[in-house]
Amino acid sequence: MLKEKEYLGNIAEQCISKSNKLGSTDVSVMVMHSVSEDVSVRNRKLDGSTRSENLGIRLTTYIGKKKSTISSSDLNTKNLDGLINRCIESTKITPEDDLNSLADKELYFKGDKDLDLYDETVLENKKKIEYINEAEEEAFSRKDIVNTNGSGFSQNKSNFILANSSGFSDGYKTSQFTAYCEVVSKNNGSMERDYEYSSKRFFNDILKPKQLGSKAAELALKKLNPKKIKSEKLNIIFDKRIAKGFLSSFSSAISSSSFSKGTTFLKDKLNKKIFGDKINIQDKADIKKANGSRYFDIEGVKTSPLDLVKDGALNDLLIDTYNGKKIKKKSNGRASGSSNLYFLNGDLSFEELLNSNKKLLYITETIGRGSNIITGDYSVGASGLMVENGEFSYPVSEITIAGNLNNIYKNISLANDLEFNYSTNSPTMLVEGMIVGGK
Amino acid sequence: MSDLLKNSNLSLDTADKIVSDTLHDCDDGELYIEDTKFETVTLDDNKIKSSEYSIDSGYGFRAITDDVIAYSHSNEISEESLKKSGENLKSTLKGKKGTYNSAITKTNQKFYNDIDPIETKSLNAKIELLNLMNEYSRSKDQSVKQVSASFLGEKKNIEILRLGGELLKDSRPLVRINISMMVEKNGRKETAVYGVGGRQSYDEYLKDGSWKKLCDEAFRIATTNLKSKPSPAGEMKVVLGPGWPAILIHEAIGHGLEGDFNRKKTSVFHNLVGRRVASEGVTIIDDGTIDNRRGSLNIDDEGTPTEKTVLIEKGILKNFMQDRLNARLMNTKSTGNGRRENYKHIVLPRMRNTIMLNGTHTQEEMINSVNRGIFAVSFGGGQVDITSGKFVFNCTEAYEIVDGKIGAPLKGATLIGDGPSSLKEVLMVGNDMMLDPGIGTCGKSGQGVPVGVGQPSLLIDNMTVGGTQL
Repeated sequence: MLKEKEYLGNIAEQCISKSNKLGSTDVSVMVMHSVSEDVSVRNRKLDGSTRSENLGIRLTTYIGKKKSTISSSDLNTKNLDGLINRCIESTKITPEDDLNSLADKELYFKGDKDLDLYDETVLENKKKIEYINEAEEEAFSRKDIVNTNGSGFSQNKSNFILANSSGFSDGYKTSQFTAYCEVVSKNNGSMERDYEYSSKRFFNDILKPKQLGSKAAELALKKLNPKKIKSEKLNIIFDKRIAKGFLSSFSSAISSSSFSKGTTFLKDKLNKKIFGDKINIQDKADIKKANGSRYFDIEGVKTSPLDLVKDGALNDLLIDTYNGKKIKKKSNGRASGSSNLYFLNGDLSFEELLNSNKKLLYITETIGRGSNIITGDYSVGASGLMVENGEFSYPVSEITIAGNLNNIYKNISLANDLEFNYSTNSPTMLVEGMIVGGK
Repeated sequence: MSDLLKNSNLSLDTADKIVSDTLHDCDDGELYIEDTKFETVTLDDNKIKSSEYSIDSGYGFRAITDDVIAYSHSNEISEESLKKSGENLKSTLKGKKGTYNSAITKTNQKFYNDIDPIETKSLNAKIELLNLMNEYSRSKDQSVKQVSASFLGEKKNIEILRLGGELLKDSRPLVRINISMMVEKNGRKETAVYGVGGRQSYDEYLKDGSWKKLCDEAFRIATTNLKSKPSPAGEMKVVLGPGWPAILIHEAIGHGLEGDFNRKKTSVFHNLVGRRVASEGVTIIDDGTIDNRRGSLNIDDEGTPTEKTVLIEKGILKNFMQDRLNARLMNTKSTGNGRRENYKHIVLPRMRNTIMLNGTHTQEEMINSVNRGIFAVSFGGGQVDITSGKFVFNCTEAYEIVDGKIGAPLKGATLIGDGPSSLKEVLMVGNDMMLDPGIGTCGKSGQGVPVGVGQPSLLIDNMTVGGTQL
């Protein structure tokens, strides 16, 4: 059973009063509880089940401008008292930092919580197993699908309270249902794997088993018997699930922490064009039922909607209290990073992208770290499909793609097929003129 | 006597009863109890940015019959919670009947001392040293614009209670000291990261001013990269430096030799035991028994003593790395590679310290033999696709080789290769084997565990280099 608000709130209150007694001038505390139940299946047979229950606390104490943090999963009073003591003692030793403080009171979230982030549905493990078996069944019905890397279903429910000594105290429940299916295809000595997964706050919103299985099978089959191609400069289309990765590196590059330290290739680019005119990026925390939605960040600051990139220009940053002070800006509720971050739709259809050049490379998977956000250098291992005259012609693997994000950003065109499947989302993306390393 | 149940209402006797009641019809399983203390102290942008201390304790209860694993974990160590978990496991395995083998090899081997590294150095002393590292680094040159340094310390105690009352224990210290630096000159920025660590006290890595060497090394790499030029793209010869570049072995070959992927036949190596998978000069071991190394363990997380496992001998595939589950299903014995990140995770076969042994060549010979290629000295992250065998690495320090000589440093080079074929392309194995500085963390199925690697210099005939210069 998920612990209720009162239970978590009580612990939070005790921590605050204990810290104050020991001499802290400010305190912030988060108490979290989560319960998850997962099953995994292989070759349509139960492979395992896991039940997890986690209760934890994270507490930061301030003495003037000094600060220290503890966390613990052991919440018995004796242990907690000892830990709070230790936290206070460490705080006294830690040097002062003028910028240390709780968030501005006037920025705290106040208001209704109406985003539908919690689904009461509880699925018995038997139902989960049936769901995933059906997905594998569908995948195995396809010729040349010979094995599975494992498929699974997980149901996670969490509740938390964030409270601090300037009166903020709030929290809410969230749920997450995830189904995945990963299969292996084999033909003529070539063996490939691919997967499909679907993760949503509401059970009814995840992909149905048949769709899950057939998509995983289709992707694994498409990769069979790949060729390696010559090194050359090519226009590249990134599948949606890869294209969204550009948003992850973008969000680190525009964090107030990177800006305040100068450790980002976008450092001097605020209010300047960094993308082509047609590119727009938003971060919206208030989309109903969405995976990245939230009411406030880990400092209690309301997460307001942001137009990060407007007509190609960098218009805003992801700002927390501490680093915001360094760059003289107020927190916009991004101490926990971006929320629902996405490119707005472009004006081309998927088919128009495929036909934008006689020869294109369509990337379905990248491996490796990819982006260096200090220099903007981008280099990854990749596999995908060759596109000739608008048609998929053959699979390609063991190649690299490289460029610099400064140039890549200027050469992006987007399709009009945006969907909200993850917490970062992109339409299908075309990047002109990237260097492919191959034979 | 259990040390980890002391603060709970759960006695060892009661735990033992619940374990027997739950596991008596199973093939395997155990109660795993863990208590971890962890600290980080970080300096960033001239300030002590954070000092954090955490305690995480809990149990993981596992029951296995055939190939089905039932697992339940909680951070509430109590009789009620454990009983509930036991019921949960029994309901998953309902209708299955196994035979539990209580025998497990015992050992007194110790590859590290039972110390708590967090307590052996005061917070004050740590802060003082981080400030020194910051000042020293910034005083090296005006081009040094950012310095970040951190101490990460951990003390993990584990206990494993098996059916039949056997209680196995280990107590594992682990530290890591990191420094990262950003330099800027003529509008160009580069960074470097360097670190050291292992299963000893911080001071073993810092004494006699050796902390300065960490700063020097980060500075050397960052300034080298300021002079780097765009990397070429295409197939060419690659010389790998000794030590840390062995993460290539870890990715290209190591993961593919883990028991689970081979039992499930999803690894490209599953049917290659006894066959040639590498050049004659290549011998690779996975060794959990090296003193104080990051990947070393007295016993693994199932209680099996660790060992030195030969994976590839003179190019021939000899053994996979096994945990108890995969060993049982493949009719072999565990090699002591059963590991988990913590009590929240199931055991998987994982690497420890994966090492290629010395050959006979010198690095100079290798470089002299290359007309056009690259010399890769250090890598950032790497990744592998077990099924297709393709792996990738990002070089953080690399040079071009032109006409048998080391040339200009290269920026942003990525190496991509094919696991099973790349080790067949090894032309020369060096005589300069080195272990890495003690910084590796391996990720698999969402679990990170500390590992080590090592190798001599290597010459590989043909790999694809990803860069921006055609």
